[in-house]
Amino acid sequence: MPPVQAIIAKELRSYFVSPIVYVVGGVFLLTFGFLAYLYIVFTGAQAIQLMQMQGGTAQINLNDLVFRNLFASMRFVLLLILPILTMRLLAEERKLRTFEFLMTAPVRVSEIIVGKFISVYLVFIGMLLLTTLVPLTLALFSDFDWYPVLTGYLGMALLGGFFLAVGLFASSITENQIVAAFTSFGLLLMCWLLAGLGSLLGDTPAGHVVSYLSFMEHFDHLVRGLVDTKDLVYYVSGTVLMLFLAHRVVDSSRWK
Amino acid sequence: MIEVRNITKRYGNLTAIDRVTFRVDKGEVLAFLGPNGAGKTTTMRILTSFIPATEGTAQVAGFDCAEQPDEVKKRIGYLPETPPVYQELTVSEYLAFVGQLRGLSGKELTAGMDRVMERLSLGSVRQRLIANLSRGYRQRVGLAQALIHDPPVLILDEPTVGLDPKQIIEIRELIKSLTGSHSVILSTHILPEATAVCQRVVIINGGRIVAEDTPDQLSARLRRSEKISVTLRTPPADVLKRFLDVAGVEHVLATSEPHTVLIECALGRDIREEVARFVVGQDWGLLEMKPVSMTLEDVFLKLTQREDSLPKPNDGTESERL
Ligand SMILES: Nc1ncnc2c1ncn2[C@@H]1O[C@H](COP(=O)(O)OP(=O)(O)OP(=O)(O)O)[C@@H](O)[C@H]1O
Ligand SMILES: [Mg+2]
Repeated sequence: MPPVQAIIAKELRSYFVSPIVYVVGGVFLLTFGFLAYLYIVFTGAQAIQLMQMQGGTAQINLNDLVFRNLFASMRFVLLLILPILTMRLLAEERKLRTFEFLMTAPVRVSEIIVGKFISVYLVFIGMLLLTTLVPLTLALFSDFDWYPVLTGYLGMALLGGFFLAVGLFASSITENQIVAAFTSFGLLLMCWLLAGLGSLLGDTPAGHVVSYLSFMEHFDHLVRGLVDTKDLVYYVSGTVLMLFLAHRVVDSSRWK
Repeated sequence: MIEVRNITKRYGNLTAIDRVTFRVDKGEVLAFLGPNGAGKTTTMRILTSFIPATEGTAQVAGFDCAEQPDEVKKRIGYLPETPPVYQELTVSEYLAFVGQLRGLSGKELTAGMDRVMERLSLGSVRQRLIANLSRGYRQRVGLAQALIHDPPVLILDEPTVGLDPKQIIEIRELIKSLTGSHSVILSTHILPEATAVCQRVVIINGGRIVAEDTPDQLSARLRRSEKISVTLRTPPADVLKRFLDVAGVEHVLATSEPHTVLIECALGRDIREEVARFVVGQDWGLLEMKPVSMTLEDVFLKLTQREDSLPKPNDGTESERL
């Protein structure tokens, strides 16, 4: 078994024997379900109103009223819970002194980083797949366009990958898991607030650059069903950059 | 197999090790002996390519630890100071993981796991979570980890810490059995351990090597004279001077006990009879007379404490110059 695979298997094992995955996964699924329920009830109420006003049948757009809102809210939920998944990845190794073992085993730092990232990403994708129960159930009772839902999921997958990479980086700089979690919250919030700064700067080159750097806009495009390479490049390069930074930190930490 | 030349490691202003030089030949077991903070762990971390030396070169099996860490890591089994175990895994899961990282798979992996579990008596706990193991068992798991791929070079940082006496003996036997086929460096604070398993001892203190030799020669080299301690009921005030009258006596030293003196003569001479006859002739009341031998323990204390202002040992040996 190549080292990366061994690391992935071990990390997955570590995740599933600790309560973290169950707590984080539970909170994630509950919030997803609860938010979906709220939006659906809300939409239902609107539909009844519309029917009373217009008489007869009203066209209710589930894509706009449920899914877009739901995905937009999930951004924030992901920001809150994904750092909890990643905080242990490297900080714990340092704390428990297994870091020295990893660094003296014939494994490359890149293999460690990639293995750890893939393992937590798999956990996240698993959680995401469970949430598809919501659109699948809705599809039984109503009609909506699957395409923007799927691109929304793509957006969540990309956004989550980026968040996890930020979290892995934050976990590489400390041996304290709480510090790691708060560092990733901080970094992600900053990144979010860039959107505000961008709109403040308006239609200037700087404004465009700053807005591009925030993950908000790119996610909105995907949720609306617009798949643009620019957005994909944004997430993938952001993720790779964060993994690269984590690699640098781990690689240099022993050269002190 | 291991060649260390003039390595120095500084952490900011603190010099953890200072121009350390030594070598370990193939099949040799070397003990790295020193008090807390001497620099043992630092040296081992440099040898395992975990940290680089500030100056100097370290080589393992002909590969430079700083320049070719990949080659070095492949050939080393390393037990760090704290056993590097993952609490959430069972013993066999953990060993399988280590083996896989070491490139073992299939039959090789199972064979390696079975071998180390047998040698370290881990069979009975193989399915237990490491979190639930006692400290001694964790230490054994850590050792199993270092041995699983049967590396030519073993670097063991305090391998017997936390083990019970029976296990200590077993681990020492295990390390001894590696003599000839493996090159081993182990660090310890415990002298009998160094004497029991090693061909050569390097004593390190304050980051410097203060002595390097076989255990026997170390104590011989440092023993410059034979000593006898004599306890008298009624020693006269000038007892120290009076003993110089006895043929063969070179020095007489007072000790912290007012009635006990320490008599030194040339190495290889036994003057106990002369001393006894003299004391009886003077009627000082001979209560006790015994040779004071210098154990490796004393050697160690002397070598590692001479610069410190530690309380003097009360057998009078402190006056011996090195
Ligand atoms: N990462 C570090 N940063 C700063 N100083 C360090 C670091 N690691 C070790 N030192 C210092 O280097 C010196 C040597 O430490 P080292 O751990 O090598 O000693 P040791 O011989 O292994 O001691 P012990 O028997 O207690 O394990 C100590 O003074 C220690 O405080
Ligand atoms: Mg140490």
